[in-house]
Amino acid sequence: MAEFEPILLANIHKPDSHTLPVYQAGGGYAAVKKVLAGMSPVDVVELVKASSLRGRGGAGFPCGLKWSFLPKDHPGPIYMCVNADESEPATFNNRILMELDPHQVLEGIIIGCYATRASTAYIYVRYEYPTAYQRLQRAIDECYAAGLLGKNIQGSPFSLDIYMHRGAAAYICGEETGLIESLEGKRAWPRIKPPFPAIEGAFRKPTVVNNIETMANVPHIVNRGADWFKSMGIPSTNPKDPGSYGPKLYCISGHVNKPGCYEMPMGITCRELIDRYGGGVWKGRQGKAAIPGGLSMGLLTEKEFDTLLDFAGPGKVGCLGLGTAAVTVMDETVSMIDFLHNACRFFAHESCGQCTPCREGTSWSERILTRMKHGKGRLKDLEILLSISGSIGIMPGTTICGLADGAAWPIKNAINKFREEFEDYIRRTNPTGYAQEDPAEALQLVELGAH
Amino acid sequence: MRAEIEAFFPKYPTKQAVTLPALHVVNEHLRCVPMAAIPEIAAMLELAPAQIHDTMSFYGFFKQSPCGQVRAWVCRSISCALRGGEEMLAALSDKLGVHPGETTADGKITLEFGECLGLCDFAPSMLAGTKVYKNMSVEQVDEVAALLKAQASEQA
Repeated sequence: MAEFEPILLANIHKPDSHTLPVYQAGGGYAAVKKVLAGMSPVDVVELVKASSLRGRGGAGFPCGLKWSFLPKDHPGPIYMCVNADESEPATFNNRILMELDPHQVLEGIIIGCYATRASTAYIYVRYEYPTAYQRLQRAIDECYAAGLLGKNIQGSPFSLDIYMHRGAAAYICGEETGLIESLEGKRAWPRIKPPFPAIEGAFRKPTVVNNIETMANVPHIVNRGADWFKSMGIPSTNPKDPGSYGPKLYCISGHVNKPGCYEMPMGITCRELIDRYGGGVWKGRQGKAAIPGGLSMGLLTEKEFDTLLDFAGPGKVGCLGLGTAAVTVMDETVSMIDFLHNACRFFAHESCGQCTPCREGTSWSERILTRMKHGKGRLKDLEILLSISGSIGIMPGTTICGLADGAAWPIKNAINKFREEFEDYIRRTNPTGYAQEDPAEALQLVELGAH
Repeated sequence: MRAEIEAFFPKYPTKQAVTLPALHVVNEHLRCVPMAAIPEIAAMLELAPAQIHDTMSFYGFFKQSPCGQVRAWVCRSISCALRGGEEMLAALSDKLGVHPGETTADGKITLEFGECLGLCDFAPSMLAGTKVYKNMSVEQVDEVAALLKAQASEQA
């Protein structure tokens, strides 16, 4: 196989890769000029549609199709919100793009706004990314000075303002309607859909919400075409599947020798990512499990490492999906009880509290796992946990957003795929009480040092 | 602070959207958002104080009494936890003599746990102010604590 020439990460090793002169020296902003000189907004939407670019934020919704949902002939304003709240555990590809090649991101946003007729874009960056925030702000300033933002960009009728908006450390702001509520100055409680943001989004106006990596792909599609984009990746296998095309940033972390963010065409296997890019499992150990695409997506067992990491792959082995394509590897020494405790604690901390099944389901999951971890587990707990995981989320129809589905999947996968380990652990650590079925007393977590 | 907050008005179609930026401005100056600031922000944004408080209290990020000169988040989420993040948090907690969420008696350092900081390639990691601490290990806890104290003195 010929070595893949990076596309999205082509610039990141250049000195001062985050500055306008370096970006332009590499051909940057040619796509904006091409679009403004000879393409209509509809042309751009059709091009992106033809490329089959799917959103990189987690849900994989086709980007061009999303753009086409905006009402035609709307008097405006139309807003673009760029989701840079990247908070999915194990995910950092957007951080790399924003810190090391912010102009590539901005070029995509400018083209996306032109295509959607948006006159203002807000980049919602999580608080924990101060360098990304500073570099994007500096890149925006450079663009205004160079006539690439503001009124009548490059002498065209198209005008655009881009503003940075800082989050305040809340995972739920990565949910697109939670993001919009937060942008509007409210608590980030996701909205019931419909209306979808394309019809009624930020400030009750039509709004398109796109992920950073998705936007970074757009200039390349404009420059090199939809066929070029579709020459990479895994083709669609049935009419309902939009396929998995183009380059993708895969993150790999946890128990590997070389954690990092690596770019390749969509559709590497988890095993190849670990062995070829991650340098293999650390300390000469065997892998035991891996998260396929951020914590919400569930777990692959070692036997499932040959799963293809395209949009369709993880779902075939019971995971929620590809998610953010961020793989975390666990070696043979990791206790699945510890893993699941960590996962449940995260979602209990980050549930926004709006929907009772999620608020209570995530917090009780954490409490049960804490009790189990401290040697007070019962076999019945596994049924309770599976019952919770089957009843919280959009899929069972009990919550407004997908946070709870993401909380449920690690529970389902961990218990179903490692059931024996859970049962052995409970029997071993609670020999006198494992079979009890009466209600368990809550533990005093502070005394246990759990917090 | 008022001028800094007002500078955000032209960027948004509503004044309410300036809530988070205003809270950040106050927080950066005072290392907290005291209750007394809430009616003032509300008046500037033409909102009820309860609306500001509602938003502020949703984000556990904003505290009502001052944080230390440096606020340090040690990541406890999965990629860091797999490489010793929780042990690092416990070690720093012991070394500094505070529980996560508390500030050292000298007012220098507020130690907190963070949920995935997006620094998984440098696990276990910590964000202190705008500075990133990468690939930490419990053996380095004295050194890390000293660096945090030095950082606090610089920012004082």
